[in-house]
Amino acid sequence: MDIFIGHYNYWIVIILMMVGLYAVISRGNLIKKVIGLNIFQVSVFFLYISLGAVDGGAAPIVTEGVETYSNPLPHVLILTAIVVGVATTALALALVIRIKESYGTIEEDKIHQMDHSL
Amino acid sequence: MGNHISLLLVVLPLMAAPLVAISPRGRTPWAIACIVAAVCAFLAATQLWMVVNHGTISYELGGWAPPWGIEYRIDAVNAFVALIVASIAALTLPYALLSAEQEIPADKIPLFYSALLLCLTGLLGMTQTGDIFNIFVFLEISSLASYALISLGKQRQALTSAYQYLIMGTIGATFYLIGVGLIYSQTGSLNMQDLEAILPGVVHLRTVETGFAFIMIGVALKLALFPLHLWLPNAYTYAPSVVTVFLAATATKVAVYVLLRMLGTVFPEGFAQITPADELLMVAGIAGILIASVYAIYQKNVKRLLAYSSVAQVGYMALGIGLASATGVTAALVHLFNHALMKGALFMAIGAIIYRLGACHMEQIQGLGRMMPWTFGAIVIGGLSLVGVPGTAGFISKWYLVTAALEQQAWISVGVILAGSLLAVVYVGKLIEALYFKPTTDNGRQVTEAPLLLLVPTWALVIANIYFGLNTELTVGIAQQAVAILSGVMP
Repeated sequence: MDIFIGHYNYWIVIILMMVGLYAVISRGNLIKKVIGLNIFQVSVFFLYISLGAVDGGAAPIVTEGVETYSNPLPHVLILTAIVVGVATTALALALVIRIKESYGTIEEDKIHQMDHSL
Repeated sequence: MGNHISLLLVVLPLMAAPLVAISPRGRTPWAIACIVAAVCAFLAATQLWMVVNHGTISYELGGWAPPWGIEYRIDAVNAFVALIVASIAALTLPYALLSAEQEIPADKIPLFYSALLLCLTGLLGMTQTGDIFNIFVFLEISSLASYALISLGKQRQALTSAYQYLIMGTIGATFYLIGVGLIYSQTGSLNMQDLEAILPGVVHLRTVETGFAFIMIGVALKLALFPLHLWLPNAYTYAPSVVTVFLAATATKVAVYVLLRMLGTVFPEGFAQITPADELLMVAGIAGILIASVYAIYQKNVKRLLAYSSVAQVGYMALGIGLASATGVTAALVHLFNHALMKGALFMAIGAIIYRLGACHMEQIQGLGRMMPWTFGAIVIGGLSLVGVPGTAGFISKWYLVTAALEQQAWISVGVILAGSLLAVVYVGKLIEALYFKPTTDNGRQVTEAPLLLLVPTWALVIANIYFGLNTELTVGIAQQAVAILSGVMP
């Protein structure tokens, strides 16, 4: 049981990761794909934040009377990755808007029918 | 000054990008971008000279000592790749002027050059840094810029192929990020040099193996290794000509470099041999060479034909790395350089055709060989280099690849390399046949030669193809020095 309860945060990471990837692969709607991609990326944020956690550790700010701190580095790293994620999402949504303008649809199969590519 | 070169290579295009974006329309953005690329190429050449003569350069960003601070660590491997990227950029940008004016709306031109410089920043950054998380950041900078660049293509398929590339590229980069996280969780370090020292101690852990797998798959997606190449043909076909030239000659090369760096420096000696990584690279390489070459033969669009050929060429590099011998890795590095030369030249020539004809389908270019002799001459020589005819750069890399395969008596690999060359003869031959031996579809049509501004960079690369086919001292010499640094790893 311990492997499930003791590592529950990692199980959440794995579940989210799979949900995200599944959505990217299985959905034909371009916006839903972007949402799936987002869920996938968020799962990685959770992974990093879990890695930084230290049992009984306080927030990594130096104060009187605190001995144990969480590891701040993964948090800082993932801050960068969050920014990257936001940029990717913005670019993807911008592309979806342009696709909608020129094809009139955001359903993958319809786009596929229209130009036999993708 | 000398010590700051590594940082300048990244900061210069990064700072120039916003400057270009706000500069007035017309030719100012192009001029600035051109100067920046030329300076970068000069700096990269100086850097390579310094590294070869004075040994490894270590640059501490902000004065924070590694492994805590980010370190730029330059040895013969990354100085070599940085020089390829910077010099291709310096050749592509003069070429870009006319081609971009024709293919891209005037109001988007400053932003186009800005994105091109950002892409250059990301690619150069990936080569300079000695920190595995930093690679992810630069990877995303270059990728985001290239998604935007591809979407600028004239046809509406450019949008869908940019979207498709975005989805696959992001999955690849995120896989890499997961891998980095798992490695960090076991070692507490992100510095490559540091990891090289720590990883042998924890290498038996399942977490490290999992991290390795994630990193490999992520990088393989980025370098369009065979079963993960699906984004590449569309992206190359529908992107504006200049973007295709630049990405085909640099982006996948830098990904190959990252793969080599992971196998060579970060993960300990023999790790790729314990895990099935080497076999997988070889199998993927072999499958890529054969299947992508066959696909290339059936393409009607010349750009698409060359894109599939790119997938095959990546297969050669993967095969060289998978052989896991010094000669194999030398071959991969030499091919990395030579393939940048030949694909650069070929896509530039195709760009010149598109400039004149507006398209590049087989039927449309039929019989035009005599009307644009210089452009098609470039295609012929580039094509011969792709096949690997002696006297061209392509021959040198295939020679080393075959030597490496023979060394290990890997007969299947030898056969595949030769079969791949024969398939290349077929698709290059098909191209040449269409150009010279078929009648034009439209009889009275007269097409003039492409303008000089497009021809000069093309021919600079064509001549480089011949030069490096005859004089191998520079390429093979540096590649061998690079392998000496990476080895240890690959005995």
